Amino acid sequence: MASSLAATDRILVLPEPLPLDSGQVLPGVEIAFETYGALAADRGNAILVFHALTGDQHLASPHPITGKPGWWDRMVGPGKPIDTDRFHVICANIIGGCMGSTGPASLDPEGRAYAMRFPVITVRDMVRAQVALLDALGIERLHAVVGGSMGGMLALSLAANFPERAARVLAIATAARHSAQNIAFHEVGRQAIMADPDWRGGDYYAASGSGGKGPEKGLAVARMAAHITYLSEAGLTEKFGRRLQDRAAKSFGFDADFQIESYLRYQGLSFTDRFDANSYLYITRAMDYFDLAEEHGGRLADAFAGCAARFCVISFDTDWLYPTAESRAIVHALNAVAAPVSFVELSAPYGHDSFLLEVPALDRVVQGFLA
Amino acid sequence: MNLRPDLAVIARHVAPGSRVLDVGCGEGELMAVLQADKGCDARGMEIDPAAVARCVARGLSVVQGDADRDLADYPDGAFDYAILSQTLQTAARPDRMLDDLLRIGRRAFVSFPNFAYWRMRLGLLVGGRMPVTRHLPVSWYETQNIHHVTVEDFRDLLREMGVTVEQFWFFTGDSEIGGIKANWRAEHAVFQLSR
Repeated sequence: MASSLAATDRILVLPEPLPLDSGQVLPGVEIAFETYGALAADRGNAILVFHALTGDQHLASPHPITGKPGWWDRMVGPGKPIDTDRFHVICANIIGGCMGSTGPASLDPEGRAYAMRFPVITVRDMVRAQVALLDALGIERLHAVVGGSMGGMLALSLAANFPERAARVLAIATAARHSAQNIAFHEVGRQAIMADPDWRGGDYYAASGSGGKGPEKGLAVARMAAHITYLSEAGLTEKFGRRLQDRAAKSFGFDADFQIESYLRYQGLSFTDRFDANSYLYITRAMDYFDLAEEHGGRLADAFAGCAARFCVISFDTDWLYPTAESRAIVHALNAVAAPVSFVELSAPYGHDSFLLEVPALDRVVQGFLA
Repeated sequence: MNLRPDLAVIARHVAPGSRVLDVGCGEGELMAVLQADKGCDARGMEIDPAAVARCVARGLSVVQGDADRDLADYPDGAFDYAILSQTLQTAARPDRMLDDLLRIGRRAFVSFPNFAYWRMRLGLLVGGRMPVTRHLPVSWYETQNIHHVTVEDFRDLLREMGVTVEQFWFFTGDSEIGGIKANWRAEHAVFQLSR
C-alpha cells in the first residue's frame, strides 16, 4: 500500500533565466518539488534530498503514474532516519527531468517541445537550479544535503560550488567523476534510444500525442542495460540463478526463457511508462560530463577547500558501478583539506541499489549523521 | 565516562582545543571525551565498519580505514596529536606507522602492551607456551598482535628513528606505576612522542 505521508507538491517558476555551464541561458525554468515536515521558524531544519538518474521529487509519497510508494519511503518519514517530525525535507525534480521540472519535453519560448534543442546541461546546472529554488523558498543554509548515486554527485557539487549552503553533506554510493566504465554503460543506453526509428531525432512528442509513440523499445533496452549495473552478480544469482520463467524446459527459441530475461524485460517496459527518452539522454550526458576535480583546476581537494560542512561518505561492498575506491578518493580529498569527514563501507548484498533497500546499518549511519 | 587507563592518561595530557587524530579509535570513547571535555577537533580512523557506524551515529567524524595503508592519505602536520592506542603491535610495519604518526601529528601518543611484563616472561619460561593474559586473552594463532614489543624494544626503535620521548606512563592492571624496572613491572605503556 502506498505511503500516507502527506506531501506538498508544488511547481516554482524561477524568476531569473538560469545560466548554464555551456554558456547558454535557460529562460522560464520550472521546478517541480515536494516538501515533507514543517519548516522551523528560523528556517534552519531543512534537508534537501537529491534524487538519482531515474528518480524524481516523489521521495516519500506515492508516484502519480505507478502508484508505488516514494523511492525513499523507507528512509524518509515520521520517526524514520530522515525524520519529518524534526526536519523539513525538500525533494525537487532535476532540470532535464520529466516529472514537472523543465526538460527536453517542455515547451520552448516558441511553444514547441525542446526535444534535442534543449541545451546540454551539467550536474552543476542542476544544482544551480535547486539553489535558486532554495533562494525562492528563503532557505539560506540547509541542515543537510543528501543524495545517493547521481544525487550524491549533486550533493558534492553543491558543497563545492555553494559551500555556505549546507551544514552537512551526505553522499551515498557515488563518485566525484564518471569513470570510463560508467560512461560506456550510458553510451550503450543512449545508442539504444537513438537507434530506435521512433526516436525521430528526438522529435517524437507530436507523434506520441497523436497516437504514435516514442522510442519505447530503445528506452526499454537502455533501462535493461542500466538495471544490470545496479545489481550485484551474487544478488542476481540468488534472485534468479538459471531458473526458467513459467516453463519446465528451454523453448529453443528467443522468448524470455530465463527469469532474469523476463525480469529485465518487465523493468525495461514499465520504465517507458514513466520516463522520457530524451530526458534519459540529457541526464546521462550530464553525469558523464561530471568531474568535480576538473571543474576545480584538476585537484579534487581544491573543490572542497572553501567548504566548512561536515561530510559523510558511504559506499557498499557489492556496488561495482560506483565502487568503494571512488568514495575513498572523495574522502582522501576531504582529508587533504582537513574537512570533518566520516566514511564507511557498508556490507549489503544488493549492489549499487543497496542505498535504496533494506540495510539497517545505513539507517543508523544516516540517522546519526543528521542528528 | 570511564576510560581505559591508557586512554584516560592520554585524555589528561592532550591540550584543550587541539586537533587530534585517533588511529584505531574503536567506538570513539576517547574522541567523545576529547570533544566534550577538552573542546578538541577530534577525528578517527577505524578498520571495523560496525564500530565506524556507531561512531558516526554518535556524531563523530570517523573514516573507515586500515592504518597500515590509509594513513598515507593524511597531509603532513594536519593534527596537533596523532594517537595510536593498543594498535602498534598489530601493524605490518610498526616503524613506518610511527613515521606516519609523527608526520601527520606534531606529537604522538602511543600505547602498547609490554610483552616483557614479568607474568608474560614467567608464563613463557615456566609454561613454555605463548602467554594468554587478562589484557591479551587471545591465543597465538588468532591474535592480531603480530609484532610483540617490549618497553626496551620500543625505546631502542625510538632512538634509531631519532624520536624524542616527551613523557611516558606505565600501568599494571588499571593502576599507574612508577618507571623503575618498567620493562619487568609494566603490563602496558603509554609514550608521548615528538620529532
